[in-house]
Amino acid sequence: MTAIFRPRPTLIFLLLLLVLVFWLSLALGPVSLPPGDTLLAGMRLLGLPLEGGDTQQAELILGQIRLPRSLLGIAVGSVLALSGVAMQGLFRNPLADPGLVGVSGGAALGAAIAIVGGSLLGGLPPAIEPYLLSVSAFAGGLIVTALVYRFGRRNGQTDVATLLLAGVAMTAMAGAGVGLFTYLADDATLRTLTFWNLGSLNGASYPRLWPLLIVTVGVALWLPRRAAALNAMLLGESEARHLGFDIERIKLELVLCTALGVGAAVAAAGLIGFIGLVVPHLMRLLVGPDHRVLLPASLLAGASLLLLADLAARLLLAPAELPIGIVTALIGAPFFLYLLVRGRS
Amino acid sequence: MLRANNLLVRRGNRTVLANIDIELRPGEVLGVLGPNGAGKSTLLGALCGELATSEGRVSLDERPLADWPGQERAKRLAVLPQSSSLNFAFSVNEVVGMGRLPHASGRVRDTEIVAEALKTADALHLAGRSYLALSGGERQRVHLARVLAQLWPGAEGQTLLLDEPTSMLDPLHQHTILQAVRDFAERGAAVLVILHDLNLAARYCDQLLLLQQGLPHAYGPPAEVLTTEALAAVYGLEVLIQQHPERGHPLIIAR
Repeated sequence: MTAIFRPRPTLIFLLLLLVLVFWLSLALGPVSLPPGDTLLAGMRLLGLPLEGGDTQQAELILGQIRLPRSLLGIAVGSVLALSGVAMQGLFRNPLADPGLVGVSGGAALGAAIAIVGGSLLGGLPPAIEPYLLSVSAFAGGLIVTALVYRFGRRNGQTDVATLLLAGVAMTAMAGAGVGLFTYLADDATLRTLTFWNLGSLNGASYPRLWPLLIVTVGVALWLPRRAAALNAMLLGESEARHLGFDIERIKLELVLCTALGVGAAVAAAGLIGFIGLVVPHLMRLLVGPDHRVLLPASLLAGASLLLLADLAARLLLAPAELPIGIVTALIGAPFFLYLLVRGRS
Repeated sequence: MLRANNLLVRRGNRTVLANIDIELRPGEVLGVLGPNGAGKSTLLGALCGELATSEGRVSLDERPLADWPGQERAKRLAVLPQSSSLNFAFSVNEVVGMGRLPHASGRVRDTEIVAEALKTADALHLAGRSYLALSGGERQRVHLARVLAQLWPGAEGQTLLLDEPTSMLDPLHQHTILQAVRDFAERGAAVLVILHDLNLAARYCDQLLLLQQGLPHAYGPPAEVLTTEALAAVYGLEVLIQQHPERGHPLIIAR
């Protein structure tokens, strides 16, 4: 058998898991809310006029802090996982990472320019600073990915091997740029930059959430339309072309979805590694390689895993908070090694 | 009908294929023979639009191949490459089912067609297995079933291009698979098959094209193409040619 579990029950299980983790992520935190209060406050936030206890504090914590944070976690986790599926399909390699086309490196450079450049100019007005950082990171990811894509084009075709190498080279160049800004930074800026590079859902707010949410919904609606083409591409590019697919267009769409998705995720929450690599891989083991199931499964599992990682980041050292990138790397890297060792035997 | 007129393919400054005028006729199996590097796979690449031609044109049903919308072309033209790089754990059923992607024939009909195509390629017993667990020859038969499913049941106006479909098969399957391809052609499809085994070509092909350094050396029925002179000139191989005692086609024996 190719899949361990049947697709439909697995998807339902993953959906229920996400609902549970979402609820935990709303209920747990430095101020623990009783489960009943969480539910009641949540209902009231949705506008339901319910009778009962006083949930004013719960409503405030939920509505202003935990709900945007949890929604941000869902969006970041699912869009990173979907981008991972897209890149693993594009490179026909189950160990491809969404950062391969240079988007993470470019976004990191964009963020470094905004953080360090801003402080060198004598500090930006606090009102626009967070937005400038997000916009600059998003733009950096898009620009570097566009360059990588441009290098991968030859005679009207995209050569994925060249694309991969160009991605590695451009990521290295972006890394050098980040290094330069790190060197120029003063101590306080350095701290901001370092923490940003480790990723965090901390300080989530609705203005930061909406752009990412829109991109995530777009990617989540678009990629499943390409599930059949992604399946055919695993046979080989020419085989997929002989099956009638416009492969050059599909490749562009996959790179674009990844650039927008990862760019927006990094802009909103910093660099969070391994979700895009590990989640599609794990889901492929559970439901098989068919993208019609793999895409929704990865979306649900990516969201759950990121929320769980964020819970761990919040609770392990409470009231202090670990950067989430440390948690995902701590979970992800050993798992990746396990897959490598398992694949070899 | 797939037709190539005055085809010329260059790679850099080198001409790798020239003077090709062929027509794949309904119900006929055309075998392409020639030594390594003679241009057989280049010809197949040019015929399916994979390789750009420097001169000449390829047309499908009197319309240039490049003008066909992908999906419509895929319903008429299926291609089996020499080898596959599929590295994901699809089941055999799923791999063959991909042949049905250009069609909208519905899940029930597709399931039937997948089973029939697998049966034709003598791979029905592999249906539920993981593709990655198969041997090279089994994988080759599964991919043949996939391209058969793409054109199933096979009718006039359809074309099947096969690049060495028997290269990894045991002797029995070399025969059963080529016989299945013949039967498929008999329902109306045109087939082009690249082969290395001269006796298999003599037995299962209606027409043969013998290539030498990118040029056609001979084009015609097996008995006219497979001569001692032609094989000595193209392969540098000294052979005896006899008649098959039961079937009458040429039988090539190396001296």
